[in-house]
Amino acid sequence: MKYSIAVYGGPYSHQATHTAFHFAQAVLDKGHEIQRVFFYHDGIYNGSALVAPPQDEANLPQQWQQLAEKNGVELVVCIAAAVRRGLLDENEAKRYSKPGSNLEQGYQLSGLGQLVDAGLECDRLVSFGP
Amino acid sequence: MSDILIIFRKPPVGTSWAREALDLALVGAAFGQKVSLLFMGDGVFQLAQNQQPDAVGQKGTQAMMQALSMYDIDDIYVHNDSLDTRGMAADQLNIDCQPITSKALPGLLQQHKQVFNF
Repeated sequence: MKYSIAVYGGPYSHQATHTAFHFAQAVLDKGHEIQRVFFYHDGIYNGSALVAPPQDEANLPQQWQQLAEKNGVELVVCIAAAVRRGLLDENEAKRYSKPGSNLEQGYQLSGLGQLVDAGLECDRLVSFGP
Repeated sequence: MSDILIIFRKPPVGTSWAREALDLALVGAAFGQKVSLLFMGDGVFQLAQNQQPDAVGQKGTQAMMQALSMYDIDDIYVHNDSLDTRGMAADQLNIDCQPITSKALPGLLQQHKQVFNF
């Protein structure tokens, strides 16, 4: 089956992200495909390259990145939700004349239409939020 | 069968849930999907008249709600019991809604291919 996952919870604030990640692993372990993980609301913080958790805690942005790279999963962050919360790629940093960008490698900023599209294209869209 | 049902359960201010859920409704409609809305729980506060979200530095959702018909979002439901328990009445809301009973909720969900819950 083809899945997509929506994540609405921020890492280190809510269980939602951790649960979504475990679900994603389970889906892949069962031999299913994940087309896209869409980050919305506070979930966008999963795409921050500046996340620096203590050593004994999981680095969720990197874990998503590794999972995506290994399994060909798209990591898409809602651009409107991201930019207003201070998560920028190089283009947006330039557009808003900000001193730097902080979107983790392997993630892309795109429109909310990608969430609608995931719902249309996939057999299952499962969302995780606080 | 309609395409997308978006359930609003959060008040218009205090968090960005209401605004970001409404954004999804508008984008869904812009993508050619038939979108329905259901307000329940504290989400019914989004339907209150004379809101003044700017008093707490918020935009609220009122302006966006007025634009719904331009996006052909006309199927708007409000949960009866949620209104009752909050002292609100279906004929005193800021947009036209169809009241729906608890008993009818499962049927409403089944009529939609996708349900987004905020």
